[in-house]
Amino acid sequence: MRLNTNLSSHAVLKTIGQRTSRFLLNAAVATLGLSLSLGAVAQTASTTAAPVPTDAAKRGGTLTWIVTPEPAAFVPLTTTAGGSTDLGPKVVEGLFNFDVKLQPIPALATAWQVTPDGLRYTFTLRKGVKWHDGKDFSAADVVFSIETLKTVHPRGRVTFANVRSIEAPDAHTVILLLDKPAPYLLTALDGAESPIIPKHLYEGKDIASNPLNNAPIGTGPFVFKEWVRGSYVKLERNPNYWDQPRPYLDAIVARFIPDAAARAAALESGEVQLGNKVIPLSDIERFKALPKITVDITAWPYVGDHQQIYFNLDSEPFKRREVRLAVAQALNLDVFAKTIWYGHGVPSATPIGAASPFHNPAIKRYPYDVKAAEAALDAAGYKRGADGKRFAVRLLNNPFQDRRAADFVRQSLIRIGIDAELQTLDFATYVTRVYTDRAFDITLENLTNVFDPTIGVQRVFWSKNFKVGLPFSNAPHYVSADADRLLEAAAGEADAARRRALFFEFQEVIHRDIPSIELGANPNVTIAARNLHDWGVNAGGVRANLARAYFSKP
Amino acid sequence: MSNNATWARIGGTLRRNAWQAVPTILGIIVLNFVLMELVPGDAADVIAAEAGSATAESMAQLRAHFGLDLPMLRRLWDYLSGLVFLDLGVSPRHNTEVTTLIFGRLGNTLLLMGTALGVAVLSGVLIGVLMSLKAGKWQDRVLSVLALLLYSTPGFWLGLMAIVLFSVKLGWLPTGGDHSIGAGLTGWPAVIDGARHLVLPALATAGFFVAIFSRLTRASMLEVNRQDYVRTAESKGLSPAAITFRHVLRNALIPVTTVAGMHFGALLGGATVIETVFSWPGLGRLALESVLARDYSVLLGILFMASLLVIVVNMLVDLLHAWLDPRIQIR
Repeated sequence: MRLNTNLSSHAVLKTIGQRTSRFLLNAAVATLGLSLSLGAVAQTASTTAAPVPTDAAKRGGTLTWIVTPEPAAFVPLTTTAGGSTDLGPKVVEGLFNFDVKLQPIPALATAWQVTPDGLRYTFTLRKGVKWHDGKDFSAADVVFSIETLKTVHPRGRVTFANVRSIEAPDAHTVILLLDKPAPYLLTALDGAESPIIPKHLYEGKDIASNPLNNAPIGTGPFVFKEWVRGSYVKLERNPNYWDQPRPYLDAIVARFIPDAAARAAALESGEVQLGNKVIPLSDIERFKALPKITVDITAWPYVGDHQQIYFNLDSEPFKRREVRLAVAQALNLDVFAKTIWYGHGVPSATPIGAASPFHNPAIKRYPYDVKAAEAALDAAGYKRGADGKRFAVRLLNNPFQDRRAADFVRQSLIRIGIDAELQTLDFATYVTRVYTDRAFDITLENLTNVFDPTIGVQRVFWSKNFKVGLPFSNAPHYVSADADRLLEAAAGEADAARRRALFFEFQEVIHRDIPSIELGANPNVTIAARNLHDWGVNAGGVRANLARAYFSKP
Repeated sequence: MSNNATWARIGGTLRRNAWQAVPTILGIIVLNFVLMELVPGDAADVIAAEAGSATAESMAQLRAHFGLDLPMLRRLWDYLSGLVFLDLGVSPRHNTEVTTLIFGRLGNTLLLMGTALGVAVLSGVLIGVLMSLKAGKWQDRVLSVLALLLYSTPGFWLGLMAIVLFSVKLGWLPTGGDHSIGAGLTGWPAVIDGARHLVLPALATAGFFVAIFSRLTRASMLEVNRQDYVRTAESKGLSPAAITFRHVLRNALIPVTTVAGMHFGALLGGATVIETVFSWPGLGRLALESVLARDYSVLLGILFMASLLVIVVNMLVDLLHAWLDPRIQIR
């Protein structure tokens, strides 16, 4: 699997061209049929042809969907928090959507072109798109959005860091000129990651405090109606959406239900028809048996779920590789996957998960071997004391994770004589303990890979990102010249094959040094009503725009 | 005593109570402010961590934007001087006025708490009267066991079991929320819809208090039953119902209402759990979320509001006492 940037731009344009022309053809035929039946003669085909209810059977219904936890903002513009990336894309779109293989699907842009040196991106924008307030969408909006993302979006600062200038030669063309190649840039142009916002409503105002962040005007398939804090968000179908006859749903209600048992009850009773990561893993089997419900366990590549165990390389015992290796050998991760993940996750021995095209499948785990682990600890001078304990460690657990995972690690450590004290903390305290106070020895984290390793993985292992007080930076305090060199080279490598080789080598370095023990993609469970279809056609799963989702008769 | 004098006296009491409330509330705010300072992490930490990809610069920007980089005393002073003009500040997290957030939820919480307290007092008192009339008999024992069960069952568990039974299995009542979203109901259908959503959370909240009030009513009824004036009433030949309700219950209600007033604070605290289980958009949940998000201004606003409520409720209980027993002076 490769990114499209690897293909020649000509081939890329051709694929997109075919898609577009097929769409145009469909639209033209449909419009012709319509105009003939109406007896009208003058009709011109365009990409925003008059509404054509070709899928009348799919049309209708209100989808009630659980989003948890309730986010602070609706549009993922100044934040990349989960709830915002869930809600945002339904109203505010990006230039592209991505399919489950991370290949672009035209959205606000219909085609793009990248020069072979990776320094010039040309985007052709869709014509006839309107904002929900009726104004025309144009290249000026895209220029303004990318400039804004570059300054206020948490990841946009990195994604667009190499962008020197953004030009709009005409109303439907945008050109990005880069100083250095940014091979992750194209994949970042999804609505969840790089939302395109209306210039006419944002320009000249403070971005962070703009009320539109919570009551957005977008170009997407659904129009924002209301947000009752602590209760729900209501969206209605956009009758003027460019991708007719979509969206099929009349409305979407996103409900915020804080209690896991109450969420399960709401899904079970049919009050709610969709929810991602909303029920406890122990409920999976029970839900599978329910007749009106489907259970989906896909590791969505745009989300890049990934769970890992970080050592604090500043704390005494874990400065030594043999001690870290001993811990790695003490964890029976097959049993972990079976018991803690109920057999559903996608294990990975490397920090770049199996859903990513950059995952190195050749790397295997250190085998489970308690005897070897104990011998290594003895040899390292950490013999068992009179009470059978070698030394004590502070074991922390990101509270958004399943606590049972931490219990498993604790038991495994105790078995080899490491006295692990598990500290259960609330989120803010946890973040302060690990990233500001650095008062931990081992922590169970969940830093997603997102859509590209330069954005999602580099932050953990790059020595220059060791920043005390910065959440989710380099928690292990891993410093390696090899890793730095490979990460930096990969970040600026325009050739996808060479970039892949660099990441493969990087994963070997991490596997050798063991600053972390990688677990892989923890189960991402989506519960959907059996009569709800096509909610998961894009790389983000329920995070995508749901334009294609529809209900069949129950 | 003339009516006018009574009202003047009540007015004076209210004024005095209000003045006594000022230092109390001030103390509550300062104490909470200091306590929140001691908790690790601030709003910028939470927001940056949720984003998962902040930079050191963006965190500094956040702190400056929220005023978190100012010294604590300065922030406390700013908060208190805002409070003089009833300005509760802005929530960094929601980017909204705290008063808007609180008033959006206050009605819901009062509705839930009021219904629950009403149900608890009414049914508790009725059960208590019944128990005292049948003291020692099987009815008393059965009701005692039931009260003990309610007393020892956590409200959230009661709530969850009610959801499983009435919503999932029977499908009679909704699992949560305060109205059917998107149904666009008005008039009577909307009231009925709201009531359907209210039933389970109100009952789950009331459970514990039904137990307390029934036991309390039973005990004080038995206590009052032994008083001389009850014997006098009996010897006058009054009907048992008149004795029970006019002479015994009226006096027995004094401890019940006292406890009900005292429990109002506990009710607000317990609201957090019930509101979470039933996804009821109320103040309790807002308070919990504000703690987890280190959203100090919202939390302080809620505590300010809650302390006002508790003071008002206690004043009402005082007035109720004066009505129940004219010998009790309005302080």
